[in-house]
Amino acid sequence: MSQKLKTPINFFEGTLGTDDGLYRRVLEAALMHGGDHADLYFQQRTSQSIALEDHEVRRASLGEDLGVGVRVVHGDATGLAFCESLDEKALIEAARVASGIARGGSPRAPRPFEDVALESRYALLRGWEEVSTEERLPLLESLDTSISAQDPRIIKVSVSLRDSANHVMIVDAEGRKAYDYRPMVVCSASCVVEHEGRREENSTSISGREGIESFDEARLHEMADRLVARTLVLLEAERPPPGELPVVLAAGAAGILLHEAIGHGMEADFNRKGTSIYSDAVGEAIAPAFVSVVDDGTQEGLRGALNVDDEGYPAQRTVLVEDGILRGYLHDVISARHYGLAPTGNGRRQSFRHLPLPRMRSTYMLPGPHAAEEIIRSVKRGIYAQSFTNGQVRIGAGDFTFYIKNGYLIEDGKLTAPIKEANIIGNGPEVLRDVKMVGDDLLMDQGGWTCGKDGQSVPVTVGMPTVKLGGVTVGGVG
Amino acid sequence: MSDQPRVDADLAALAEDTLKLAQARGAGEVAVGVGQSRFTEIKRRDGAIEVLRASTSRGLSLTLYLDGRFSSNGTSYLEPAALSRFVDEALAMTRRLQPDPHRGLADPSLYGPTPGAEIDTWDPRGDVLPMERRHELLEEAELAAREHLMDGPVVVSVSVSQTSQASRSLQLHSNGFAGEHAQTGHYLGVGVTVRDEGARRPQDHDFAGGCHFDILPAAATIGHEAARRAAFQVGARKLKSGSMTLLVESRAASRLVGTLLGAATGQALDQRRSFLQEHEGEAVGSPLLDLFDDPLLPRGVGSRTFDGDGLVARRLSLFSRGVFENPLIGVYYGRKLERSPTTASTSNLVLTPGEASLDELVKEIDHGVLVTSFIGGNSSMATGDFSFGIVGEAIAGGERVHPVSEMNVSGNHLELWKRLVAVGNDPYAYGSRVLPSLRFDDVTLSGS
Repeated sequence: MSQKLKTPINFFEGTLGTDDGLYRRVLEAALMHGGDHADLYFQQRTSQSIALEDHEVRRASLGEDLGVGVRVVHGDATGLAFCESLDEKALIEAARVASGIARGGSPRAPRPFEDVALESRYALLRGWEEVSTEERLPLLESLDTSISAQDPRIIKVSVSLRDSANHVMIVDAEGRKAYDYRPMVVCSASCVVEHEGRREENSTSISGREGIESFDEARLHEMADRLVARTLVLLEAERPPPGELPVVLAAGAAGILLHEAIGHGMEADFNRKGTSIYSDAVGEAIAPAFVSVVDDGTQEGLRGALNVDDEGYPAQRTVLVEDGILRGYLHDVISARHYGLAPTGNGRRQSFRHLPLPRMRSTYMLPGPHAAEEIIRSVKRGIYAQSFTNGQVRIGAGDFTFYIKNGYLIEDGKLTAPIKEANIIGNGPEVLRDVKMVGDDLLMDQGGWTCGKDGQSVPVTVGMPTVKLGGVTVGGVG
Repeated sequence: MSDQPRVDADLAALAEDTLKLAQARGAGEVAVGVGQSRFTEIKRRDGAIEVLRASTSRGLSLTLYLDGRFSSNGTSYLEPAALSRFVDEALAMTRRLQPDPHRGLADPSLYGPTPGAEIDTWDPRGDVLPMERRHELLEEAELAAREHLMDGPVVVSVSVSQTSQASRSLQLHSNGFAGEHAQTGHYLGVGVTVRDEGARRPQDHDFAGGCHFDILPAAATIGHEAARRAAFQVGARKLKSGSMTLLVESRAASRLVGTLLGAATGQALDQRRSFLQEHEGEAVGSPLLDLFDDPLLPRGVGSRTFDGDGLVARRLSLFSRGVFENPLIGVYYGRKLERSPTTASTSNLVLTPGEASLDELVKEIDHGVLVTSFIGGNSSMATGDFSFGIVGEAIAGGERVHPVSEMNVSGNHLELWKRLVAVGNDPYAYGSRVLPSLRFDDVTLSGS
C-alpha cells in the first residue's frame, strides 16, 4: 500500500504570509519593459545530514536556504535575478534587474492567479523536518552494523543519511500558481576491504522522495548485502582487456547509458540551438524497433519523481523513442514556445539562484522481448556490466561514457571472471542503432543519481532492462 | 588588511552576535563564517543576448563544538528571529550526537597574522565593468571565432559568456581567530559548435580570466582559440588500442593530478582508502613529479592567507622529485592520526614546470595522443586504478595528424606517475591548478 502525505498547505502563504498582491506587484516590476514570460520561484529548503565513520557519528549538519528567483523571458533571451528574503523592496529590485532583458518594450500586467491542481507523487507520511535526530541515528547504526558484521575482511565502514524538505512555489505572469512540497532522502554506505595486502573500496546508495518509514530493516539489509558482495568480489577482480567488445548491461543502473547517450541530446535547448547530434532527427528511426525510451516524472516515490516542474507545469511521462522512432524532445517554457509546443514538465532548476533548463526526471527503456539469461548466453566473448558510478556526454559530437565499477567477463555465454574499473566510451546514435537485445526485466535503480548541466545539479532516476550492445570501446589494460 | 575591502559592518556584527549567541546557549567552541558576493553574467549566442544574470548573495556558516559533539551548519536566512531559531535547532541537533574526542578548533598557536593585501586577489576596480565594455568583449570574441572559421567547417553556433564577481568573507573562532578574505574575478569564455559529417556537431571552448581584469588576453584571442579547437575536431576517429605516449595538455592535467591528490588526504589515509597508504616518504613518481601547494601566489585564483581551520597559510610540498612528502591533513584528521596538520585542502596547486613548449613536446613524440580534454571515467582512491575517456589529437612522427575521439586511457596511478618523462613550460594560467602539460610514455589506450 502506498504511503502518502496529506496535501500540505502552501508554506509561503500559510507560514510566511506571502499573498497575491505581493506576486502581482513584483511581476508588474518584472514586466515593466514587457517580455513574453515572467515568473517568480519561491523556495525554502531545510536539510540535515548525519555521517558515521568507524561506527560513530563523525559529522552532522543542518542547512537552511530561503529566497526568490525572478525571471523574465523575452524571445529566446532570459533575465534572471534573485533575492534571499521575502522583503518586498528587495523583490522589486530583483525584478527590476531581471526586466532589463526586455528593455525597450512596453509594460504589461500579470493575469489573476489560480492554483495549478497537482497530483501527489511523494511517498511519505511525515516530512523530514518532523523527524528527530534520535530517529535517524538507529537507522544509520543498523545499516553500519549489518555491513561490518558480515565479514572480517571489512576494515572500514562509512554510512550517511542526507534528507531535505523543499518548499517551492512558482507564480507566473499568465496566472499560474503552483505550490509543491518536495521531500528527498539519500542513504549512502561505503566500505573498504583488505585481504592479503590488497585493499578495495566500493559504495552504494538508495534515494527517493520518501519518508523515514520506507527505510525498514529489510531494505537496509539488502543494501548492506549488495555493498559487501560488490566490494569483496573486487579482491578477485581484474581489469578487462582494452578494445571494442560486446557489452551486456545488467538491469537497473545501466539506465545511465540512456541518460548520457540519448537523454541529454534530447533536451530541447540543445536542439533549439542546433548543437545536439539529435537536432532535426524527430520522426527518424534511431534504434531497432524493440527499443522504446521514456522520461517520466510520474512514478511515485522515485528520486526523479515530480508533482510539478520548476516552471509550474505538471510533470508527465514523455516518450523520447517509440519502437525505435525518435518522437520528441524534453521541453521547458522557452523551448516549447520556440517550437510552438506544450511544455513537457521538464523545466528544472537547482535552486532559486539558477535558471530553469530542460532536464531529465526518470529516464528508462521499456522492457523488450528477451530473457536476461538468453542475452548473456548469446555472447561468445564480452563484458557483463553490473554496477556503475558516473557518466558524461558531449552533446554535439555524441560521444558518451559510463564507468563500470563491477562486472564480469562473458566467455562462451557464461559469466566467468570478475572485472572492475573500466570506462566505456561510444557514440550515442551509433550505440543505440546497434542495440542487439532488450530484456523483459526493467528495473528502476534506487541510487542517488545526480545530473549536472551548466553548473546545476538536479536529482534524477535511471532504469533499464538487461540490454546487449553490439560493440563499444572498453577502457582496459594489458 | 589595508587595501582590501572588508565585509559590510552589519554582516560582521551578525557574525560576532551569532558567535556570542551560540556560546551563551551552551556551545563550548564556535566558529562563524559570513560571506557576501556579487555576480554578473552575460551570455551572447549567435549575435543576440541570451542570458543576463545578476545577483547579490549572503550566507552564514556555524560550526559548533559541544562537549566533543560536532556539527557544521549553514543558512542564507539571516533575519534575526530566523537566525536565532537556526542556532537553537543546530544546538539541539548537536546535543543528540555522540562525542568525538578529536573534534575542536585548532590550537591558537597554529593561527597567524592574516594580512590579505600581498596576495592581491582584489582588483582595484572591484567587479565593476561597464555594460558597454562587456558587450564589446562578447562581440569581439564572437566575431573573431566566426572570422577564424570563414574558410573552415560550417558554424552551428557561437556562444560567449562574460562574468564578473566579487566576494568578501570573514571567519571568527571563539578561541581568538579572526580572518578576512576578499576576491574578485573577471572571466570570458567562448564555445563553438561546427558541423561534421553526418549529424555530428563537435563543440569546443576556450576560457580565460582571473582575479584581475587585466589578466584577460584580447577577447579575439579567446574567440580564435575556441574556433581553432572546434574546427580541429572535425573528422575525429579512434586509434587502434595499444601502448603509446600520452601527452596531456595543461588545461586537462587537473583530472589526473586531482585523482592522485584525492588519495593524499588525511581522511583517505585515516579511512585506509588510499593507494598512497604505505608510500609516504617513497618515490611514487618520476623526479618530474614535483607538486606543491602555494597559497601566497600573488593574484592566484586559489590564494589565501589562512585555510578553513584558520591555519596560517604556507607553502606545502606534496610530492618532491617523485617522493610523496606530505598529505593534506586538517586539524581533525591530524588529531585522529596523531600528526601535525598541514592543511585540509589545496589553494593553488603548482607542478614545477619544465623547459619545453607544448609544440616542442609534440615534436618529440613518435606515436601517441595529445589529450585536450577528458570525458567521464573515474579512479579508485583505494587502489589507484583509473580509466578515463579522452578527446584529443593523434600524434605521429612529431606531427599532430588527426583528431581523436571515443578512446579511453586506463592504468594505475602508482605506475602512471613513474612514466612521467617530460613536463611543459606552459602552466595553466586561469585557475587554481597551475599545472603544465604532462608527457607519459607507455600508457594503455583503448580504441578500436
